[in-house]
Order: sequence, then structure tokens, then C-alpha cells
Amino acid sequence: MLEILKSRLLQGYRAGKFPRRAPVMPERFLGLPLIDNSLCQKDCSACLQTCPAGAIQKESDGGITLDCGKCIFCGKCARACKSGVIKFSRQHDLAAFERKQLLRRDASYSYELQPKPIIRQLCGRSLKIRQVSAGGCGACELDFNVLNTLAWDMARLHIQVVASPRHADCLLVTGPLSKNMLLALKKTYLSMPEPAFVIACGTCPISGGIFAGSEAVCDGIEEVLKPDLYLPGCPPHPASIMEALLRFMGRQMRPMEGDRENKAQKEDKAQEGDKKPEDSLKA
Amino acid sequence: MAEQFLILRNPGAAPLSELPILPFDEFRSQALAAIIGRKARVVAFFAYAHGAAQRLLLILASDQEGKLLLSSSEIEGAFESFTPSSAQFHWFEREIYEQHGIMPKGHPWLKPIRFDSPGSNADEPGVCEYFRLAGEAAHEVAVGPVHAGVIEPGHFRFQCVGEQVYFLEISLGYQHRGIEKMLRQGPDKKSLHLMETCCGDSSCAYSGAYAHLLESLQEDLCPTERTQVMRMIAWELERLANHTGDMGALANDVAFRPTMAYCGRIRGEFLNMTAELCGNRFGRGLIRPGGMGYDINDAIVAKLLPWLQASGKELRNALELLFSRAGVLDRFENTGTVDSKTAANIGMVGIAARASAQKQDLRSYHPYGWYRENPYEAAWAESGDVYARALIRYEEIKKSLAMLEPALKKLPPAEKNAATPPLSLQPKHIAVSMTEAWRGELCLCAITDEQGRFEQFKIVDPSFHNWYALAMALRGEQISNFPLCNKSFNLSYCGHDL
Repeated sequence: MLEILKSRLLQGYRAGKFPRRAPVMPERFLGLPLIDNSLCQKDCSACLQTCPAGAIQKESDGGITLDCGKCIFCGKCARACKSGVIKFSRQHDLAAFERKQLLRRDASYSYELQPKPIIRQLCGRSLKIRQVSAGGCGACELDFNVLNTLAWDMARLHIQVVASPRHADCLLVTGPLSKNMLLALKKTYLSMPEPAFVIACGTCPISGGIFAGSEAVCDGIEEVLKPDLYLPGCPPHPASIMEALLRFMGRQMRPMEGDRENKAQKEDKAQEGDKKPEDSLKA
Repeated sequence: MAEQFLILRNPGAAPLSELPILPFDEFRSQALAAIIGRKARVVAFFAYAHGAAQRLLLILASDQEGKLLLSSSEIEGAFESFTPSSAQFHWFEREIYEQHGIMPKGHPWLKPIRFDSPGSNADEPGVCEYFRLAGEAAHEVAVGPVHAGVIEPGHFRFQCVGEQVYFLEISLGYQHRGIEKMLRQGPDKKSLHLMETCCGDSSCAYSGAYAHLLESLQEDLCPTERTQVMRMIAWELERLANHTGDMGALANDVAFRPTMAYCGRIRGEFLNMTAELCGNRFGRGLIRPGGMGYDINDAIVAKLLPWLQASGKELRNALELLFSRAGVLDRFENTGTVDSKTAANIGMVGIAARASAQKQDLRSYHPYGWYRENPYEAAWAESGDVYARALIRYEEIKKSLAMLEPALKKLPPAEKNAATPPLSLQPKHIAVSMTEAWRGELCLCAITDEQGRFEQFKIVDPSFHNWYALAMALRGEQISNFPLCNKSFNLSYCGHDL
């Protein structure tokens, strides 16, 4: 017993501070891509040719559209572009409520800020998730699982993974939907009480990701299930997933454009010396 | 009869013309002689169409000699199964039958392993005959494909007598994405990313093996000394993260919460260190053929060193605590035992094999990259139970930590930035590249065509060898011990299913 207490002292209090504080993303993290089409050269297609996921399209006006729903965030396009049209910011919040909002042509953060009222009404206070892995590489599952560790501890924000689909508010799907998982995914969905919401976690369930085009996969879940939230990433960072879940519940508003840095700094200042983690729930 | 094998070192390549094509009887007898006489292990055994002909290709590893033995044979629709003589072949032969419809005559049961192709008669994945136990006290427990936690899909059938598991059968294939087929005609812009996503928690081991494979097929693609060190850092960070996570999960499965809580967080520290190198927690984009996707600058070294020391200290403390608890040891010891004879017979690899007294670790016996110059002494244990598998992880954590610090301190200087030459692989060659992923031996084999493109690409994930070992570990065990045994192997579904 003494050893356990001693160890506890050494390990310290390490609970994560998200969402009260903005997460510290790694220096080299590739988050939301920012596009500046005014710099795009008309007859250049370097980014298209290098993109392994076919996420970039050249438009008739000469600019490009980058589809985050296909992007695997490898950053090759940004390196290939000599004109600096594509830049990957370190912004972690990437989720969108509509598929078309993932198509990026500019540097804005202009997503819809509010979830559907029905989701907020039903899941605003607590969210029970049933996760189904439908193909894929297992990385999305791992980084979703991380939210259960004390570094993120999503239970404190009233988000819980449940074993049975009958207890679930929403289905969180990862993977490009392998044909071998088609039946199991349908059965899981049909076992859920209505309305059963669907979250596509990772680029794979949105479009098939890097596996798109393989005869063994369905190129994403959209043909079978209509997602209520799209979260691109390969895999999405735990902070991205957590933020997406909170926004899905209507608990976390996306800061307005330009306001981002100020808000994070203000929050940091306000919370200096503040030791009560429960406060995050009141915000 | 003289032995005829193409002999390669890991990683290695040779012109296809040097690969012997033997009459089947000779191919079979030589292979079995090497397995019995030289204690060679089956690394890969697969079929492929060469023009109109069907070929079998066998790759054996002789660990003590540090050699890979390759041989092939042409057959027509069927061959005499190796499985009755050596159980190491049984999963490979099921795969051959499923992928090509080639019949290994005398194989005990040619059930599909991925439910995708000519030999498989099943309509739906998992729908097929299973072993059945009859009798009044016998009952069957079926689990999956969708499990209760956040975990990949797979179907498990337990034949039980009361609480005791008589036999466990594992049916996979739900994660099948057709990666090997997508890789053919490569390398292209997708190839490296497909490799990184074969098995998401082993991205660096895969991209490293792939880089070695291409480097052995193209002479002017040669990694610098600095690259070799940086790759080792990526691999060992990956190993640390996964081993740490597993130790936490093992603690959780025996209800020892402190270590579970600590390891859950510390695993994240190692992933975040990897993210510091390349922006991605799983090391995506870090390793690429010919070099590295990202360099490690002084600022990163200055950040990583104290971070690594602190996390290492906390991790050692968490694990010492775990191993000092009598209650934990009582649950770990004599649970899910695979004896060394079984381990050798079924061809286990990696941590699970080393826990069952198999002295094998590619870093020691088939060294590649950095490990060639820096000998690594493999950790191994004898008892073959959950305790041994936990202990191997603990030992390897200590070894990895000991390797990382000096490597970061003494990174070889960056050399003049020579641009990586465009890929142009040697035509009509065969290449084999293996890395010791954190679970165990990962093997990639490529055969190139006249234009230097992949005519065939074969991936053998460590889990491919080890799923059957989990079934063996459960024999005679209490069914309630399944989660603990399963975690002690922690095998990959997607790596197996590809």
C-alpha cells in the first residue's frame, strides 16, 4: 500500500486540461489546410500529381479545391506547390456537419458553428457512443481510445463508450468500410434506438481515404449510412476527436475567425493558479 | 542431393534468374530438410501466377546463420501439403487455397482466412463450418465480429466445458482492404501510404521495411548514417509506445488500476514524441525510401532528451510497482501458457515467441539498418505464460530506453543535402526485407517485372504467425481469462487481414 502511495506521488496529477485550455499541438502537426487560390498558377498541377489520395481538383477558374474528406494530411501537396497556395495550419478542429463543408478553396474557418437542434437537445448533456471499426488500419481506434485515459478523460465531459448498440446515442465509425464489415455495420446500426446519429471518424469512413478504389472496400460509409458529423484526419489527433464530439453535442463553440489566438491566451491567463478541474464543466 | 537455395541477407535482393525453380518433390524435401536440420523457420510461403504457370515461393529464415533461404517450384493446380509434416505451413496453405484455388492436398481443413477469393465458398465473412464439441456439459460461446470495446472486428468461437475452454477458433478477414493487390504495378504515389496503413500501430516498422526493400532494389538509394539512427529512433519510440500501452492494458485486465492509469498516459508521451518528429503520433511520413521525411534538429533533441528521461523514469516506476504486487503476479503466472515446443512447431514470432523460449529477434539474428553496427541482445524468457510476455515487454522497454538516449545525444552530422533520386527499381529481381515490428517479425517480399514495377508484393505481418498461438494459449484456460491472454498477445486484425 505504501508503495502504491509513493508511486502516486511520483506520478503526480496529470489530468488533461482540454477543453478548458487549447491543446498544445506538435510543432510539425498538419491540421486544417489553408488555401490561397490567388497565388495558384493556371497551368500547374504539381499538387494534383503528388497527392496520393486524389483529394485535390483543379477548377475551371484556375484555382484548386482540396477535399479534406479525402485528404490524408501527408503534406506532400504543400511541399510540391512552389507558389505557396496550400499551407497546413496547426489548427486541430477539423470536423464539419456537412460533407460539402470539407471542400476547401480558401483560408477561412467558415464551417457551420451549431449542431442540429435535435442533436443538441438529445445529446447536449451526455453522449453514449458505440464504436464500430469497419476496415482501416486501427489508428483511429487507438486515438479514440486515448480519450479514455486520464490525459483526456472524456467521461468527465459526460461522453462514454458503451458496449451495446442498444445503449448508444451515436455510432462512431472508423475505416473505409471493408465489404466484409458491411453486414455487421448495418446490423449494429439497426440495433440502435432512433434517432441513431452517425459520426464518421477519420478520412477513411468519409471517402475510403487511401484505400479508395480497392475492390475490397466500399469507399466510405456514405452510401450505407449518412454521417451527422464528418471528422477528417489520418488518424485525427485526440484533440480533434474530443473537439468534434463536444461540438457535436453543442457544448463547444468554434471560436470566430481571427478570435482564435486571443481567446486561447485569455483563457490561459484566466486560469492561472486555478486548480479546480470541475470548472471546465460549468463553462 | 545438394541443397539449392537462393541465399539472401536481410534486407536483400537478387536477380530472379538466381532463384532456383525445383521440381516439386525436390522443393518439398529440401524445405523440410532445412526446417528439421537447420531449424529454419517459415517466413513466407505463397503462390503467384507467372505467365500461365503457377509458382510457389518459400522463404525460410535460419536464425543462427543469419540467412534467408529462398526456393520456388512450378505446380499445376495442386501440390502435396506441407502441413502434416510441419504445422508452420497451415495458415499459409489456407491463404494459398483461398487466394488462388490451388489445392494443398492433405491439408486438414482449408477454411478461408479472409473470406475474399476463388477458394472461399462462403457467402458472408465468418459463415462457415466450425469445430464443434458435443455432449451435455459442452457449450459454445460466439463473440464478434463487433466487440464490446473500441477494438477491431474478429469472430471468436469458444468450445467450452463449463468454464473451461476446450478449444478456441478465430475467424478473421473483416478488416480486409485488398492492400497486396493495390500494391501491384507500383511503386506509385500511394504505395508508401498503403504500407503505413497496413497496420496502424506499426507504421514505422512497415515504412522502414518498405524503405529497405526499395533500397535493396535500387543502388543509388542509400540511406545515410544519420538516417539509420533516426529510423532506429522511430522504431524504438513505436515499440515503447505500444509496449507501454500493453502493460497498462494488462494491469487493467487484472484490475490493478494505478499502473493502468500511469501507462495509459505515458504511452501518449511516446506517441507525442513521435509527433514531435513528424507531426503525426504514429510516425506517418517520417520514414521514406532513401531517407527520412523529416530531419531531427537540435531544438527537437533538446526537447526530447529531458522528456524521454522523465517519461522513462515514470514508466520504470509504474512497471516496478506492477511487478511487485503479489496479486498481479498470481494472475499473470501460469495463465495462457504456450510451451516452447508448441511455439517452435507453429512458427510463432516476436515477443510471444521470445516469451516461449524461442531465441529469435531480427535485430539480433538478421540485423538491418542501425542494428547491423550496434549488436542487440534479444530478451527472452522460458515460461511462455502471460507473465513471460509481460516480462519481455518490460525488458524491451528498458533496452529501448537505453538505446534512445545515446542515439539522440550523438546524432551523426547531417550530410550535404543530396536529392533523393527518382525511383527506378531493378527489373526482374526478387527482394526480401524484414523488420522487427513491436509485435514481431514483419516480412515484405517483392518481385519486379521487366519495367521494374512490382509484379508481386507479399506482406507477412507478425500477427499472421501468431493468431493461432493465441488459440493454443486458451486451451484448457478459464474462459474469463480470455481478455488477459488476448491482451498479452495484442495481435493485429488489420495486419492479418491486409
